Amino acid sequence: MIHRLIPLGVFIALVGLLGFGIWWNTHHEMTEVPSPLIGKPAPEFTLPLLYEADKTLSGKELLGTPYLLNVFGSWCPTCQYEHPILTGQIKPLGIKLIGLDWKDEPADAKRWIEQFGNPYDVVITDRDGRAGIDFGVYMAPETFLVDAQGVVRYKRIGMFTPENIRDELLPKIKELTGNNAKKGSP
Amino acid sequence: MIPELGQFALILALLLAAAQCVLPILGASRGNAALIAVARPAVAGQAVFVVLAFGALTYAFLQQDFSVAYVAQNSNLALPWYYRFSAVWGAHEGSLLLWILILNLWSVAVAACSRHLPDAVIARVLGVLGFIAFGFLLFTILTSNPFARHLPGLADGADLNPILQDPGLIMHPPMLYTGYVGFSVAFAFAIAALLGGELDVAWVRWARPWTNVAWAFLTFGIALGSWWAYYVLGWGGWWFWDPVENASFMPWLVGTALIHSQAVTEKRGSFRAWTLLLSIFAFSLSLLGTFLVRSGVLTSVHAFASDPKRGLFILAFLGAVVGGSLLIYAIRAPKVAGGKPFKFLSRDTLLLVNNLMFACAAAMVLLGTLYPLIGDAIGAGRISVGPPYFGFMFALLMLPVACLVPFGPFFRWASADWRAAWRALRPALILAVVAAAAAKWMVPSLPLRGLVGVATALWVGAGIILYALMRWRSAPRGRRFTPEMFGMILAHFGFAIFVAGVMITEASSVESDLRFARDETKTIGGLDFRFRGVEHAQGPNYQADQGTIEVSRDGRPIATLSPQKRQYVGGGMAQTKSDIDPGLFRDVYVALGEPLQDGAWSVRVYVKPFVRWIWLGGLFMMFGGFTAAADRRFRAVAERAGIGADASTPEQHHPHPTLPLKGRA
Repeated sequence: MIHRLIPLGVFIALVGLLGFGIWWNTHHEMTEVPSPLIGKPAPEFTLPLLYEADKTLSGKELLGTPYLLNVFGSWCPTCQYEHPILTGQIKPLGIKLIGLDWKDEPADAKRWIEQFGNPYDVVITDRDGRAGIDFGVYMAPETFLVDAQGVVRYKRIGMFTPENIRDELLPKIKELTGNNAKKGSP
Repeated sequence: MIPELGQFALILALLLAAAQCVLPILGASRGNAALIAVARPAVAGQAVFVVLAFGALTYAFLQQDFSVAYVAQNSNLALPWYYRFSAVWGAHEGSLLLWILILNLWSVAVAACSRHLPDAVIARVLGVLGFIAFGFLLFTILTSNPFARHLPGLADGADLNPILQDPGLIMHPPMLYTGYVGFSVAFAFAIAALLGGELDVAWVRWARPWTNVAWAFLTFGIALGSWWAYYVLGWGGWWFWDPVENASFMPWLVGTALIHSQAVTEKRGSFRAWTLLLSIFAFSLSLLGTFLVRSGVLTSVHAFASDPKRGLFILAFLGAVVGGSLLIYAIRAPKVAGGKPFKFLSRDTLLLVNNLMFACAAAMVLLGTLYPLIGDAIGAGRISVGPPYFGFMFALLMLPVACLVPFGPFFRWASADWRAAWRALRPALILAVVAAAAAKWMVPSLPLRGLVGVATALWVGAGIILYALMRWRSAPRGRRFTPEMFGMILAHFGFAIFVAGVMITEASSVESDLRFARDETKTIGGLDFRFRGVEHAQGPNYQADQGTIEVSRDGRPIATLSPQKRQYVGGGMAQTKSDIDPGLFRDVYVALGEPLQDGAWSVRVYVKPFVRWIWLGGLFMMFGGFTAAADRRFRAVAERAGIGADASTPEQHHPHPTLPLKGRA
């Protein structure tokens, strides 16, 4: 009798695991995890460019203009879903858009960009995911809004939707450009 | 009005499912013929209302009724009519309705083709199927109503996801669902046997054709899905080990183990408890797949909108169905191992190894699929495992299967003469080694796994042909091949073709991304590709850039390919449409990349030898499954079972004789 209960026991463990999965998903609103980075300077990074692997781009070089850092990968299906939104809705906002190709083979990334189009002003590569760890990236796509002083102002985990571009991203960008205007005026 | 009627029909179907579940099972346990007689009419009634509901949703799509939220989300005015049909099952709610429709078709088929079975058995079988239908209907009505209105109605809908706008999608989900929903029949027979306490081998014989047919459909569905992914996703890959694919592959692996263990149980009486367990597992994994795909637990990483209520409901239902079955199993499963004894060298042992390997493979896929979740649970973070893990482990587990499979038919039950089998199979081994050497000599660049592939495929393929020849020579005319045996030969031959396809494609595909100027010619894999530039093309609901590429060899034209990059009107989504020149021995696959300067484009070119063999092997396996299911023995037995024990089965060894209408033991 006991050994006939083994399958049931294993199954109950499995149900426990799946139940945990549901609980985890409902209690971790994946797209709304407050990032400890918000309001703090973006982690320093110096990463090679995807299309000119011998050149690098560092966070310091980006000071002066606000930018969006979009973490993506050719292996990431949601990035594919997000892609038309980047092209169609975020690019027209006029803010500098930097792609961070995360944990990816450069050849795959190039192929991906060729296939779907390039919404980025510049693409940098983080092959081993070190910079991703510094930024606290835990899934792709993930997007950081960094202001002209290099401070992270907003973070989005998961893909953008038209709603949260309108309600969250756009006000934040306006705030930044507004601040810049005030600073620029005196 | 029509959508409301559809919803009303669903509710009526739910009530009939409840009746179909409760009354016949109650009747069977009490020996009440009136209650037992409810089973068939309840099945028919439920099916009528489910067909009506499905028809109502299809009608809403054909009429473009954008006041129905589901239609508005998955169709628009520009969508061609044939994709409006497939849009019915293009998203969660409708595909659930398809699931239910197919379950009903299976139930009707069981009800219609079971006149020869004891009434109590069929009452329990249909009752179990009714319980499953009840759960899914309740799920649809409570959490995923496809008929929910969006008022006021919209002028136009969004769009069907462009990657789903393909002829492949019209066929793929129905075939796949027919496969894994079909395992519900083997499951229902197993539960009926446990409930009735009639744990002899008769139920296995009745369940075998249904299992084979379900397995054949599942094989076809998976092969179609793989083929569809190959030409639609634009990557040239044919299998991705993605959670959704794994969800359909796990039931297939367990189903493969099940059709083999059923053969042992039916013919030898052994593996009885194991066959029960596999019947439960095969369907449980189908349910688990449904859970994984729809709860958002795993796909949430891919950020599809998901509703925790749905996940909880399926989990509760899964718990009830599988937990309940395993509990009944623990209480009722045969306490003593039955069956005839067998020696180490015997067909029985080989089938045991087969079962072990396929069950391990299914467990391996399950572990890999759930790994991100396990990572969360133990606090190690959400880590997912990818194709390297699956590919390596799967090859490791299938290698012994491939090495042993030719011996299977040559080994006798109980005790085999391995020398005779070895003598018979020696030509196959020699052929395999010689062919691998010849392949190395002809294509020196072929890597090791290509050689292993050639050798393995020939070993398996030639092995099964040698067996077919031996039967042809030694058995008297008319008794050479029973359908069951012929099905086995076809399926094993399909396995050989599949192995050849996978290994050779993986080892020798040429993939390159090239910059093509207008009218430039480049040579890849011995073929010349001439790029004729890109023009604008207009589809029914999209605009496209269409490239023209002429393929030739030594000046002889082979094909003109027209890959596209499409921009769909509805959602503004882009989609790459590759173009393929298919061939039995190689595919030429071309996809358009990005425009570069001066009318030049980047173009992806693949030359994939033997890639078709992957799906061709699948087709052989499918035909094998159907052929085996057609064996008259499975249908004739029921009459015989009433008369007495069949010579090939050991009923006499078992305390329960095969008698109809025994009620609870």
